[in-house]
Amino acid sequence: MTPMPEDPRIRQLVSMLSRRRVLQYGLIGGAGALVAACGGGIGGASTSPSASASGAPTAKDMSSTEKIMNWSNWPLYIDVGPNKSHPSLDAFKKATGITVNYTEDYNDNNEFYAKVHPQLQAGQPIGRDLITATDWMAHIWIANGYAELLDLANIPNHKNIGKSWQNVSFDPGRKYSMPWQSGSTGIGWNRAELKRLTGKTELRTLDELWDPRLKGRVTILSEMNDSMGLMLMAMGKRADKFTDADFSAAIAEYQKYVNNGQIRGITGNDYATSMASGTVVAAVAWSGDMLSDTKTYGYSIPESGGMLWTDNMLIPPLAAHKTNAEKWMDFYYQPEIAAMVAAYVKYISPVAGAQEAMKKVDPTQVNNPAIFPDAATLAKLQVFMPLTDIQRTNYQKQFQALSGA
Amino acid sequence: MVAVLPSSGQTFQQGGGRRGRRITPYLLLLPGMAWLAVFFLIPLFSLAQTSLMQMRGASPDQGFVNAFNVANYTNSMQQFMAQYLRSFWYSGLATIFALLISYPLAYFIAFKSGRWKNLLLVLVVAPFFASFLIRTYAWRTILADDGWITTTISHLGLLPDNRILATPIAVVAGLTYNFLPFMTLPLYASLDRIDPRLIEAASDLYAKAFTGFRKVTFPLSLPGVVAGTLLTFIPAAGDYINAQLLGALQNKMIGNVIQSEFIDIRDYPTAAALSFVLLATILILVTVYVRRSGTEELL
Repeated sequence: MTPMPEDPRIRQLVSMLSRRRVLQYGLIGGAGALVAACGGGIGGASTSPSASASGAPTAKDMSSTEKIMNWSNWPLYIDVGPNKSHPSLDAFKKATGITVNYTEDYNDNNEFYAKVHPQLQAGQPIGRDLITATDWMAHIWIANGYAELLDLANIPNHKNIGKSWQNVSFDPGRKYSMPWQSGSTGIGWNRAELKRLTGKTELRTLDELWDPRLKGRVTILSEMNDSMGLMLMAMGKRADKFTDADFSAAIAEYQKYVNNGQIRGITGNDYATSMASGTVVAAVAWSGDMLSDTKTYGYSIPESGGMLWTDNMLIPPLAAHKTNAEKWMDFYYQPEIAAMVAAYVKYISPVAGAQEAMKKVDPTQVNNPAIFPDAATLAKLQVFMPLTDIQRTNYQKQFQALSGA
Repeated sequence: MVAVLPSSGQTFQQGGGRRGRRITPYLLLLPGMAWLAVFFLIPLFSLAQTSLMQMRGASPDQGFVNAFNVANYTNSMQQFMAQYLRSFWYSGLATIFALLISYPLAYFIAFKSGRWKNLLLVLVVAPFFASFLIRTYAWRTILADDGWITTTISHLGLLPDNRILATPIAVVAGLTYNFLPFMTLPLYASLDRIDPRLIEAASDLYAKAFTGFRKVTFPLSLPGVVAGTLLTFIPAAGDYINAQLLGALQNKMIGNVIQSEFIDIRDYPTAAALSFVLLATILILVTVYVRRSGTEELL
């Protein structure tokens, strides 16, 4: 057989041609199939959902012949060396001969899922061997059968998954996913501007964001779980176990501050640049963004509690280099490699033994609470309640209405 | 079409040649039509079909089934009427501002710029060398609350909230800025085409400069005005980047709603219905506008 092109849509077209299906479809049908293959078939009504909870269809693994692995990860989420190299990936190539095609095209959980969903639903490969999805999104992939079962024989270091990450609701025993990095969601502020406007040097509760002196200078995150979790806890509820009424009450509370102009926007990653320029003074914020520059920004976990989230590596269905992806997971789960990445990105490392290994990698980071939070900090963090499809749709609609769209 | 018309005095004996000539225009149209069919008509049909679908269960994850669910239209319009009307209000304002800024600019380039003409035209197009998104992001820095522009204007007491960002002003200004070249270039093209002798003749007939402009220059530039306003209004009405990056939560436009229905909620039928209503409304507005302005030259 001739080698297949990498792009899944072109693959689909090639296989269509080779099966002489074009004749069958006729010209218009062919054009329609072309549009469908290009992701035009958004309705998904005509496509039979091949996915089921029992697991994804498996592809022929070409790992032994093609020494590559395609990974879609979030921007600025891995160590960077001279000339924009990634030392951890280089070390992996040296050890195994496998080149990682590292792409930073995972910008937003919803956006990425919406982009590949038509292909997933049609049972087509998405051209990636590894993706990094946040807990709730990993839940959607796994529950819909869009994740490959990991072959633990290839991942002896699977045992190094930190204790708090071993048994998660969406993947008990971590059969489909392995954590990449974790972080917390709390309150961040621009030190100079906060001092100038309110005289305060820190913020300790969510209520302090509603100070009239900060009117129009506050943002919250467009990642629903993070913003809503903080509000639920501030209202005395739990973020890991709440009712529909609790959720609606938390929305109503935010709505109050949207209506009176206290909340300026609901943003993704870009709140950090607005905060750097002083336009945004205080925000519901992610730990890594704020702790990367402690001179400019302050960060705290509210007294009522903050959110703990994890981004998880998982292998999409029909991945062509599944074994290579598993080898990378195994490689990363060596404490030295995990410490190397964590020392750079400053997010919580889920790899057991990374703190010990950090002594050799970068002794100044061994006691950095951003990477290795103490027990008291961890006790204040909650993981958002796992949602059913119906709950998620219902909640997401309420949250979108809050944002005016 | 002129080439196909027989000129008088010719005889029509060579039937084959004539038939060939009759087919030629259609052959020339074929690639364009095929392109339109594959990349416009089929997606449009698919969009129409999607807009009438129904969710299989209570969440989009269970997929959609074909139906004739007209409620998608009524429900979504009821829910998002505010954003829908706001889109036309903002894009209409942006079109007017763009026209007010572009007309003198295009006039100057066409009649007064002399040897600087080409340079000025390049400058009009220059913003396109940077991405739309980056330019809009740049405005966030330029108009930052503590920036000198905002502080100066608010010291004059002109800003109720002491800010420009996160207000309708910022959204309309962003739309105006981003689509300005689409207004300027067609205006320039039609002003530049005007025969200067006509204006000369007007002044020979004792028309004052302004009367000459009103009676000669402006009417002759109307095709440019119509083309420019269309090229500005249509993309501005569907835009969501400016409202997203420069506006507040209260300034979201219909494009933002469609984006969030498609991406965040994945309620494809609602998103498709909203897109379709937007498409139809723009089509109707444009038809009425072009008919009333009576510029056949444009079509």
